[in-house]
Amino acid sequence: MVHRVVVTGMGVVSPVGQTAESYWSSLTQGTCGIATATLADPEKLNQKVVAEVKNFDPLKHFEERMIPTLDRVSQFAVVAAREAIANAKISFDDPELSNRTATIIGTGAGGQITQEESYKRLFRENATRVYPLTIPKAMVNAPISQVSMYCGLRGPAFAVSSACASATHAIGLAFQMVRSGAVTCALTGGTEATITHGTIRGWEALRVMSPDLCRPFSKDRRGMIIGEGAAVIVLETLEHAQKRGAKILGEIVGFGMSADAKDITNPDEGGMIRAIKSALSDARLNPQDVQYINAHGTGTMANDVAETNAIKGAFGAHALKLAISSTKSMVGHALGAAGGLEMVACLMAVKDEIVPPTINYLGPDPACDLDYVPNEARKLKIDAAMSNSFAFGGLNAVMVVKRFS
Amino acid sequence: MADTTTDVLDLIRKKLPPGKTELKMEDRLEDLGIDSLSTVELIFELEEKFNIQIPYNANDTEPEFQTVAEVVDAIKKLVDKKS
Repeated sequence: MVHRVVVTGMGVVSPVGQTAESYWSSLTQGTCGIATATLADPEKLNQKVVAEVKNFDPLKHFEERMIPTLDRVSQFAVVAAREAIANAKISFDDPELSNRTATIIGTGAGGQITQEESYKRLFRENATRVYPLTIPKAMVNAPISQVSMYCGLRGPAFAVSSACASATHAIGLAFQMVRSGAVTCALTGGTEATITHGTIRGWEALRVMSPDLCRPFSKDRRGMIIGEGAAVIVLETLEHAQKRGAKILGEIVGFGMSADAKDITNPDEGGMIRAIKSALSDARLNPQDVQYINAHGTGTMANDVAETNAIKGAFGAHALKLAISSTKSMVGHALGAAGGLEMVACLMAVKDEIVPPTINYLGPDPACDLDYVPNEARKLKIDAAMSNSFAFGGLNAVMVVKRFS
Repeated sequence: MADTTTDVLDLIRKKLPPGKTELKMEDRLEDLGIDSLSTVELIFELEEKFNIQIPYNANDTEPEFQTVAEVVDAIKKLVDKKS
């Protein structure tokens, strides 16, 4: 049996708000979360600006004795998951339901901060031992395991890692599992915390970073900005949600994936088009049924042109009528968490009938000639919205959500 | 100074597609088949070789150096500035 899949809860930790509501309110106001780094020393870096989750206090969320066991990436995931569960007003005390609830969360790097701190101790300070839980804290599946433990979720649980598309791949898999009836519920989304000296140095070396702001699709854009955070949503079969009288926030209707099989960094519009078309076909929607796209929109020269061409290729003449925005202009690129944050933006946009803007937009680039909702949010009735994630390595994932009716 | 030029040309030559060895000062990197990823690798190798920092952002529409001569010039200036 094929089930309809609805969203009943959302949780967010982001550079512009540490709850789903405050994040969304910041997005609609065009709040920019980009600032000088504090998690890494900007004096020792060429890349001085990032989008950090500011003043995140783990003591507000965890017992002090547990904090050393949790990398920042796991802390973000657990905080977002708990908020999503509270928002959904769902309980997993019933062992039957807990056994039938999946935890599928994307992360590009896992416990990168732990990894780097350990290397620093070993190779710079010549220490002879590291913190005992270094491995279980740093492993890529740590955030997923911690969410399952903290939230009591005993169904299928695993990490999904596909760089900048991790969260969208994770949500897509969770959607397919709920739709097929393999599970009744799923906690899914993405988490990332990689603002470290070493990682920023790595990004600098790629020569794709903007020295000031992120200006997706704009003329004079100069690249991407690294962000961090987490977003987790609760998925349920429609039957289950209705039976328990849950408030339904939106419906997930389609998921498409593809691989470029071309280049490790350069995006390929052909791969993007295949993922977009596959998501539309999975959703049984025509291009003209979609009103809003939350773009991958990294702000690099290469992505924004390829994505614009891909949207034209997949949507044809309807591309000109679409409202398209990149919320990375406000929260930076949260890598493995990005697709989760952007899924929440899509769901909220459909629910509240507001398109969040692409801020820092200076004017049109002739190669990016669609409607990117520049600088100010826009009122718009949206029946269906799309979220694009196109990762390094040519791994593409696209989701389609609909207003629930 | 001649040594710097030779060293830069050697490093550029290593980035040429298989089978190519010819290199003229007026050639554009792009026309030589040196793509964006190879350019970024080349810059890294030049920085390592001469212990300099080369400002370069792959997103700039008009990069400071597009031809072999411009690369050689830029490196010479940065090496001079260092000494």
